[in-house]
Amino acid sequence: MPMTDILNALVLLSNFVLVPGLAYGSQLALGALGVTMVYAVLRFSNFAHGETMSFGAMVTILMTWVLQERGVGFGPLPTALLALPIGILGTVLVCLVFDRFVYRYYRRQKAPPVTYLIVSVGILFILSGVVRFVIGPQDRVFADGERFILKARAFKELTGLDQGLAIKTTQGVTVVTAVIIVALLFWFLNRTRTGKSMRAYSDNEDLALLSGISPARVVAITWIITGALAAIAGTLYGLDKGYKPFTYLGLVLPIFAAAIVGGVGNPLGAIAGGFVIALSELLLTFAYKRVIAYLTPGDWIPDGLVQLLATDYKLAVSFVILVIVLLVKPTGIFSGKTL
Amino acid sequence: MGFLSGESMFGGYGGADILQGCSIGVEKGEIAVVVGPNGAGKSTAMKAMFGMLSLREGSVELDGREISDLPPQERVTLGMGFVPQNANVFTSMTVQENLEMGAFIRRDDFSATMEQVFSLFPVLAEKRAQPAGELSGGQRQQVAVGRALMTQPTVLMLDEPTAGVSPIVMDELFDRIIEIAKTGIAILMVEQNARQALGIADRGFVLVQGQNRYSDTGAALLADPKVRKAFLGG
Repeated sequence: MPMTDILNALVLLSNFVLVPGLAYGSQLALGALGVTMVYAVLRFSNFAHGETMSFGAMVTILMTWVLQERGVGFGPLPTALLALPIGILGTVLVCLVFDRFVYRYYRRQKAPPVTYLIVSVGILFILSGVVRFVIGPQDRVFADGERFILKARAFKELTGLDQGLAIKTTQGVTVVTAVIIVALLFWFLNRTRTGKSMRAYSDNEDLALLSGISPARVVAITWIITGALAAIAGTLYGLDKGYKPFTYLGLVLPIFAAAIVGGVGNPLGAIAGGFVIALSELLLTFAYKRVIAYLTPGDWIPDGLVQLLATDYKLAVSFVILVIVLLVKPTGIFSGKTL
Repeated sequence: MGFLSGESMFGGYGGADILQGCSIGVEKGEIAVVVGPNGAGKSTAMKAMFGMLSLREGSVELDGREISDLPPQERVTLGMGFVPQNANVFTSMTVQENLEMGAFIRRDDFSATMEQVFSLFPVLAEKRAQPAGELSGGQRQQVAVGRALMTQPTVLMLDEPTAGVSPIVMDELFDRIIEIAKTGIAILMVEQNARQALGIADRGFVLVQGQNRYSDTGAALLADPKVRKAFLGG
């Protein structure tokens, strides 16, 4: 078997599984981090997180339009990156407002986690209504600037292989942004006094109180971080796949699967979980026909697509992984519970 | 009756009062020990003095100042330290981070205090980068006491510091507690191991059903045949 066949097979897999998987995995990881932060500190499952991401993306898009109107661009990068700080600000504000007027009430009542969960479903509906009211239900493509970092044809010319490898700008931006945000978050949680106080509060609320850590402050900072993470994740997902308001509800499942697979409440787990879910979805729904053709000697080509699952079953993949993890290791890979 | 004192305290967790008018106090540099049978209200009395339980009647005074209405956090800023009986360390955080969190309210440089804690409990210096949850029971108690010392308290309250540790570790912990008291800190503790605890106590309080049954110096209580018979197993 010639070396080029193996290389072609690898490039094919990279182009359709690895590169999109890394981008999608980063988006899920950022989303799962938001869910995990709320779980670790406020101790409930925030089902509104998907819609919070949608809201953040919406604010960013509105701001992007304003910038585009005025002819402001970001060179080869998407203008949305310039608008993102406003998106973050708006989302943080919404999170703090919901906390002040909704969650705080239940905190004072010392409501059980299941009550918070139902409340978060209510907030999910409010947010999704607001988003549709403001920006409408239709699709929005707001990625501008250079479309590709690496074009398939350029890659072919460069390497002389039959298969091309394309990397979209949005994919590159997604991965780089995710790395920066995760590094910042870990630095904050492990190195700063405030970050450590959040971990302490998440670990042992009563002892944190005895140490003079203010719960109100920890809660506020949690929402600020969650809102920022949601706006960034939502915008990156929208940039990469096009902004469709209804898709964000569907994102809640893979995001929760990612958080639980990694160990809910554990930031490292959220990141690992994000990539596990994303790569599993792509690996199980990828058609291996051409990869097998390259890797088998001679001119034999499989008759079928050699696809384990139709892409329609994408969502089922995260669901099945979730069920398996809950059966086999309910605490997740990193045995989470605290930050 | 002391630097920290609770006078005629009545209170409980709703319903019937657990504390039925008991009084407890401790002077600076002294060790006061509260003993008594299960359900006598020992831990409840400690919680009441630290503000984790509001009193229905009676008062708590620190250095002559009435503090009955202050929440626990404010009592910490006034110089009170508390080591709860259970869940008294941040298990997922390192020993050093536990001590840093103990010093959370301090805005000044607390590295000297941390060194003092490390010289008091040398094993903690060795394990400073290890999560507190991975330590043995005795080492955990040391972290818990160290955390409370980080605010440089004038009063240290300990709720059964030797619960669940071996007799050797218990002796070791008591030695450290004596050392802490010698630096001028008032120490008030509840103990299950009554005989050993009264042995190091300047003052002892025997509580029964939320009331003071006997109050005297530790040595006098140990020598009292009635106390020995009823509470120390002869």
